[in-house]
Amino acid sequence: MPDFLVFALLAGSGVALVSGPLGAFVIWRRMAYFGDTLAHASLLGVALGLFLQINTWLAVMVSSILLALALLLLQKRQALATDTLLGILSHSALAAGLVCVSRFAEQRIDLFSFLFGDLLTANAQDLVTIYSFAVLVLGLLIWAWRPLLLCALDQNLAQVEGLAVQRWQTLLMVMMALVIALAMKVVGVLLITALLIIPAASARQLTQSPEAMAILASGLGVLAVLGGLASSFWWDTPAGPSVVLAAGLGFLVSLVVRRRT
Amino acid sequence: MSNLVQLTDVGLVLGRQSVLEHINLKVGEREIVTLIGPNGAGKSSVVNVVSGLLAPTSGTLWRAPGLRIGYVPQRLHFEASLPMTVARFLELTTSTGAERDACQAQLHIGNLAQQQLHSLSGGELQRVLLARAMLRKPQLLLLDEPAQGVDVSGQVELYRTIALLRDQLKCGVLMVSHDLHLVMAQTDTVYCLNRHICCQGAPASVSQHPDYRQLFGKDAADIAIYTHNHDHAHNLQGEVVPHSCDHHHA
Repeated sequence: MPDFLVFALLAGSGVALVSGPLGAFVIWRRMAYFGDTLAHASLLGVALGLFLQINTWLAVMVSSILLALALLLLQKRQALATDTLLGILSHSALAAGLVCVSRFAEQRIDLFSFLFGDLLTANAQDLVTIYSFAVLVLGLLIWAWRPLLLCALDQNLAQVEGLAVQRWQTLLMVMMALVIALAMKVVGVLLITALLIIPAASARQLTQSPEAMAILASGLGVLAVLGGLASSFWWDTPAGPSVVLAAGLGFLVSLVVRRRT
Repeated sequence: MSNLVQLTDVGLVLGRQSVLEHINLKVGEREIVTLIGPNGAGKSSVVNVVSGLLAPTSGTLWRAPGLRIGYVPQRLHFEASLPMTVARFLELTTSTGAERDACQAQLHIGNLAQQQLHSLSGGELQRVLLARAMLRKPQLLLLDEPAQGVDVSGQVELYRTIALLRDQLKCGVLMVSHDLHLVMAQTDTVYCLNRHICCQGAPASVSQHPDYRQLFGKDAADIAIYTHNHDHAHNLQGEVVPHSCDHHHA
């Protein structure tokens, strides 16, 4: 197996491992659109990072976290429904990102790779970044599992029982911002949400407990990375979209398996 | 008897709608307090103020420091996307296995242990939520229409269980109910609510109160003994119609 494929496989698996359990929360709390918004806005982070000449990962993470916090604040004043608000932000941010990239950095970046992922060029440096943040987020998830689960079950119940609901919600959003920055490398800004929700949705078909769902989602995500890269290697398909396609096929299989049991 | 919760002259405005006005209410240790009143009277709002979900617009809410609340909301929608069995749900409290077994037996939910939360019927869900509230070893049980979706014989049983829990857990209870007669035997104090507190007292006295009879119709009280001069009546919409009003209705 060529080196670039080993790196790609390790990078993709690292992201899939953490996007599985986090994706479960995205499904439970109906945050898919929120994920989309963060993902689209990350292109803006890329452009700003290039403009200010700081590390791209760092720029994306910081801009995503800032946007997540801004959304939390906006949600509190509910003049508009959240999905409307997200729709406005999501597409404005994507458009702003595209404009900024063409204005500041057209020669320096390959837009296509940001939109659809750049898995095959992953290097050792990327692996270090991906695995350190993956371990950080997984650690946080395990540490905060119970309160996060209670908030996902019912926010009011959790609040009356004395949990600081707002704080856990903020933690969840920050973790999402981090994982989205990681996933950008794997599948690109347009397909990130797929990597979060498809493995988790497939896992839901086959499990009876939240923990099992989260763990299986990780496993299915890794399988999707494997399948996508295999297809990319043998049939020369683009890596990011192939991973998402493999995850989609996995979801179909999970539906069939569920009907049989 | 020391108090667990006390509302002093609490008013609540949601949007532009005044939902509660001049509410004075307290729940003491081991006291069962029932809120009754027509739809839209603000019963759930009182519960939400006590629980801390809604902040009062005016007046004060006092809660005993570190008050541990067991809460059963009026309705709870569990996402089908979150797989969770009843057993696992009860495990999410700080309780021992023996406590959970005893509690499941007492509330007759042992057979539901492996069922998914989102597949439960209304009555089953109420009992599971009550079990969860109970496992928290609360100082105050907060029940918003615990009898919803439960048939009449089940309701009598349920209220009996709640009274039993009060003795067992040595907790205060604040609950919302539609039907005074079903809760009467198990209640210490009744507040009759229609945005403001119309009348309050022991169940027997409240059921004879003219305001109560105005709100719930003549059939609600078995024997009508007209002893009070009341300062206002209510029309069919439940709005206050003052006779000679000495206090202010917004």
